[in-house]
Amino acid sequence: MKYICQIYLDEESMGAMPTPEVEALNLEHHHYDDELMRGGQLLATGALSPSSSTSCVRVRGGKVTVTDGPFAETKEQVAGFFLIEARDLNEAIQIGSRIPSARLGTVEVRALAPLVIGGKDYWCMDRLGMRA
Amino acid sequence: MTLARQEIERVYREESRRVLATLIRLLGDFDLAEEALHDAFIAAVEQWPTEGVPGNPRAWLVSTGRFKAIDKIRRRAKFDVSLEDVAERIDEMADPNITEDHEGVEDDRLRLVFTCCHPALMPDAQVALTLREVVGLTTEEIARAYIAKPSAIAQRIVRAKNKIREAKIPYEVPARSELPTRLDSVLRVIYLVFNEGYLASSGEMLTRHDLSGEAIRLGRLIIELLPEPEAVGLLALMLLQESRRAARTTPSGDLILLADQDRSKWNRDQIADGIKLVEGVLGSGRFGPYTLQAAIAAVHAEAASADDTDWAQIVSLYDVLLRADPSPVVELNRAVAVAMRDGPAMGLALIDDLLAQGDLEEYYLAHSARADLCRRLGMKAEAAKSYKRALQLTQTASEKRFLEGRLKELS
Repeated sequence: MKYICQIYLDEESMGAMPTPEVEALNLEHHHYDDELMRGGQLLATGALSPSSSTSCVRVRGGKVTVTDGPFAETKEQVAGFFLIEARDLNEAIQIGSRIPSARLGTVEVRALAPLVIGGKDYWCMDRLGMRA
Repeated sequence: MTLARQEIERVYREESRRVLATLIRLLGDFDLAEEALHDAFIAAVEQWPTEGVPGNPRAWLVSTGRFKAIDKIRRRAKFDVSLEDVAERIDEMADPNITEDHEGVEDDRLRLVFTCCHPALMPDAQVALTLREVVGLTTEEIARAYIAKPSAIAQRIVRAKNKIREAKIPYEVPARSELPTRLDSVLRVIYLVFNEGYLASSGEMLTRHDLSGEAIRLGRLIIELLPEPEAVGLLALMLLQESRRAARTTPSGDLILLADQDRSKWNRDQIADGIKLVEGVLGSGRFGPYTLQAAIAAVHAEAASADDTDWAQIVSLYDVLLRADPSPVVELNRAVAVAMRDGPAMGLALIDDLLAQGDLEEYYLAHSARADLCRRLGMKAEAAKSYKRALQLTQTASEKRFLEGRLKELS
């Protein structure tokens, strides 16, 4: 099954972190990416730009509106994600708990849901042309 | 699909739970062992197609998994100080002079069952952990079977593992002296798993059937490794109850009482197996409640029809069971058997005494049994009163339909 692990971090305290510590964290993330990739469990991962760079798009009555800033104001902001393949929710939690940033913020683990069109399931993986 | 690939899938199906059990013993940690198992199979997929399938795939997977775990922990310890002492311990384990003890590998599954059923864990955590680690169900499958949210089951499993780690619960089969009490919780969990599958009153029938099948498989594993009389008795009980599965419900899922079941639909192989096991245990003279319940089920199974049933023997088995494991529910069942042996009036007197004691007031089967005896005695108003009380206490739709049907027949 496919799960997404979304990383939430407090941007303010992350911004105050000394550069060597940030570099050490990044290196640790890089090693963990490699480890999961070698084990065939990592489908995609990425870090996100600060939430202040977010644009929210809505279409109402055929009109596109764009607003600044994240959809919801919270203490922690989405900072990155891992798209993983795991046997079950407990394995996904286990993988998520090893993401180095889990020690600083929160990792939200959620199963991917199929997109149903005309009674047929489409996994977003297939649409992205990634391995099913 | 290549031959090696097919072989890897077969080995995964048949060996992965055993390999996991051994890795948990060697690494002393559930999560680390699960990762090691995963890594070992990745290595098999890479190596077996070119290098050939090893002579002893299980031993290969155990030793590969162990070395992968050691590598991983060493790498991680560079970043995570909390892993430093684990890394040290792992260094000792990496000693090439230590070889896996293959003699003890079979016992590893038993150790795992006992660890998952440790009395320090909550009963529902014991069940969830056993289903996932020993049986190999996924968290989502367990949640479906228990009609719970996967996140709730996942939390239960994470907490149980933390508890095992923090309380340093030993990964072992308890000593002989401790065995009777510890075996109890193992047998109870297996029987709970079975009952989840057997009382298929709600939810998805298929998943539940899987559960009773898994419980029987676990029961067989236990007696293969630990042929204690009560463990054998439990397996016999499960086989005899399971033998009636095809006859217990109508195609629309309505209950059919034992007396009304089409006995040609009973599974003769399971009955023969069950009876043989019960006879063996009864012969040993050391038996308890599971064996006695199995013996009662065996008497039912041996009868060609409901009328042919040896009710006198069933009553005397209930007498023994009452001494071994007294409970109001056993007394109720005995009263029903007495009614069959000596007539409904005798049974009704016993049930009225039991209800007067109060313990069974909220138990719907006590009221439906009373209703049935009143019905057979022609006491229509009393029967209707008890059916109505039973209906108030019943949760499941198929039982409600059954009671409503009986109530309608009265008027």
